[in-house]
Amino acid sequence: MSDAQTVDRQQPRMGDWASADSRRRLRRRYAADRRLQAYGIIAIGLAVGLLGVLVTSLVITGAPAFLQTKVDLEIYVDPAKVDAQDPAKGNFRLLVREAMTPYIPTDATDKEKTEVTKILTSDAAYILRDYVVAHPDTIGKRITLPIAVSDPFDQLNKGVIPKKVEALTWSQELYFERLKNRDVVVEEGGRTSLKLDVYIDPAKVEMGPPPSGDFAALARDSLQAYLPDVHDTALFALLADDVPDAIKLRVEADPSLIGKTVQVVFPVAQPVAELAKGETPMVLNPRFSPVQIQAFEAMEEKGIVRTPFNWDLFFNADSRFPERAGLAGAITGSFYALLVCFLLSFPIGISAAIYLEEFAPKNRLTDLIEVNINNLAAVPSVVFGLLGLAVFLGFFGLPRSAPLVGGMVLSLMTLPTIIIATRAALKAVPPSIREAALGIGASKHQVVLHHVLPLAMPGILTGTIIGMAQALGETAPLLLIGMNAFIPSVESMGVLEPATALPTQIYSWADSPERGFVSRTSAAILVLLAFLVVMNMVAVALRHMFERKW
Amino acid sequence: MEANVEARPVIKIEAPAVRQDEGALPAEQHELKMAARDVNLWYGEKQALFDVSLDIFARQVTALIGPSGCGKSTFIRCLNRMNDVIEGCRMKGDIALDGEDVYAPQVDPVQLRARVGMVFQKPNPFPKSIYENVAYGPRIHGLAHSKAELDEIVLKSLIRAGLYEEVKDRLNEPGTGLSGGQQQRLCIARAISVDPEVLLMDEPCSALDPIATARIEALMEELKETFCIVIVTHSMQQAARVSQRTAFFHLGKLVEVDETTKMFTNPSETRTQDYITGRFG
Repeated sequence: MSDAQTVDRQQPRMGDWASADSRRRLRRRYAADRRLQAYGIIAIGLAVGLLGVLVTSLVITGAPAFLQTKVDLEIYVDPAKVDAQDPAKGNFRLLVREAMTPYIPTDATDKEKTEVTKILTSDAAYILRDYVVAHPDTIGKRITLPIAVSDPFDQLNKGVIPKKVEALTWSQELYFERLKNRDVVVEEGGRTSLKLDVYIDPAKVEMGPPPSGDFAALARDSLQAYLPDVHDTALFALLADDVPDAIKLRVEADPSLIGKTVQVVFPVAQPVAELAKGETPMVLNPRFSPVQIQAFEAMEEKGIVRTPFNWDLFFNADSRFPERAGLAGAITGSFYALLVCFLLSFPIGISAAIYLEEFAPKNRLTDLIEVNINNLAAVPSVVFGLLGLAVFLGFFGLPRSAPLVGGMVLSLMTLPTIIIATRAALKAVPPSIREAALGIGASKHQVVLHHVLPLAMPGILTGTIIGMAQALGETAPLLLIGMNAFIPSVESMGVLEPATALPTQIYSWADSPERGFVSRTSAAILVLLAFLVVMNMVAVALRHMFERKW
Repeated sequence: MEANVEARPVIKIEAPAVRQDEGALPAEQHELKMAARDVNLWYGEKQALFDVSLDIFARQVTALIGPSGCGKSTFIRCLNRMNDVIEGCRMKGDIALDGEDVYAPQVDPVQLRARVGMVFQKPNPFPKSIYENVAYGPRIHGLAHSKAELDEIVLKSLIRAGLYEEVKDRLNEPGTGLSGGQQQRLCIARAISVDPEVLLMDEPCSALDPIATARIEALMEELKETFCIVIVTHSMQQAARVSQRTAFFHLGKLVEVDETTKMFTNPSETRTQDYITGRFG
């Protein structure tokens, strides 16, 4: 006995926590713990970072859309042009034009006058008409009406697009650089010029006198000969407009040059000369005409150009002109579609879930139904759109583009979400509550309605709102049933009328070429995100409300 | 999901199934309340009860003891047809309440459960106010015709459950805010609020501390004057303290049933002896 004990003491114990091996194991375990934590932190950091990048970029591009440049235009509502009895029929276009007169140079041509009125939005006459129709007492008075400016000027005022742009492209600068390296760039008579060999092609020049022919082509050919690898008409823009004359003068002075190669000095275009001096040549942005800029600057000097908050973005319906386009139609359409979706999917989803969870027998049929519901949740939304198109529009002949059909299609999508969430919430209700109710003699429906459903409500509501939020952001099915109609006015909207929705509006705006729609698309996405955040907050609030209720 | 109940005529179980040599009970305690005959029960393919025959008498406490998984909980859940709601549960045999077959097709399990109340292992008050917890049963069974009557029932039930003094100032507070023992007494108040004839208690004290257990046991002592009580317990001492009759279950079979005093002093079966003395289970 005592022998055995001594032997035991000498041998290392099985769990020697102080041994090097044990310490190494401990270190490894700690390292693994830390590693796992680090993976999680990195993953969260990545997710938050990406989200931050997304939102920041949206805010940066979208921010300008929340402001709109407007002109406080003083308009004389001439009774001669607006009939007080029927103000809607007045010649408001002319009134707007007259109101713009103070900013038009007196010597302007008709074309230039039209250009100046284009500073204002094309809807200016309608804005005036709507105002006068709403306030008939203004007829015969001078009124000051804020009128949105057209998109290019809005962008100009916000600094999104510049007044002046660089005159030369980088490739033109490169061509000039190459010509400089060939030592053909010279200063001649105070002008930067190119000294080039020109072959006076007899096929292109008549001797005259005076000599005639395509001297410009000769100049182009000679320039091309210096840069044979360049096939870009922008190259010829380097030459000044009077280049053909330079050749013509030479040929006039000496007709014998025809058929020979001579050295001619070509003056370069003005921007190129500036580039040669080391400056950056600038020209007026081709979107604007000089007379427009002059008029706009006159307005700015008078202090009538303002940049107020763009309430139109929320209260106007869609428009072809970005400065007038708003989201009211899309928000209304989304609201109707979600309303229909909720009214359909909430009761159906909860009833289905209660039946499957509480009443249905477990057999092949209910298994099949269960599997299919789970599968439905994974079906791409565009498929539901096609289904809606084929069944609701094609077979039942429901109106196209209507929020009713949109809501029905969306409810097909939200139903599985709601059913799954509701079943999970019902399952999470402790069985002891059911037993308690059954034990006191409650019937099946009393157990469900009085005890299980109220306890499951927070979960059901959360699931429902998440489903609704999904539906709010869904684009593809709405596009397929045509719920991307162009809706210029909210008044005519209804559940059965054509409509658009927020995501489809974003889609159409993103597709529009006008510069103003770029920021408006981002702004619309921000509005959509804001709605989603609000919906999720409502879900959280409802959760709390129902959980505290005893 | 209702259990498979074969249609059969109403049976009358008149005579107690007690053996003649057990006639040591006082005459007034021989009133037979519930009787089970040859009860067999399956959960799916697995048989949980084998030919259990047991008599339960009015105005006394019957304790069911036995090791875990021996079928005692399963058996008392047969008495008020709580097993009906369990998927794949099948029962054969007869159970009678006052001589009427409780598994007869014309018997409504919901009504039966009002007559045979139940208290569970874990206190499970509804997440509602104390008042609502007790008022729920009378309300769904239409036992009260006015608010005043309902108030009276709630009051009476709470008093009988020995909880009234502790909660009289906070009847509108959540029942889940009470202590474990109070919650269990609230569950008892809830169970007796519909004035059942039989009260089934499935290990009512297993989640409670000794003080709360003592209160519940004292309560059972009082309640047995009115109700017929069946209690499942793991505690031999508890069975000895509160019950007049004890049934010992083992592996789904009823091994022995007798007066408690006899069971704990001189059991007829060796298995009972072994269990009670702690040799297994």
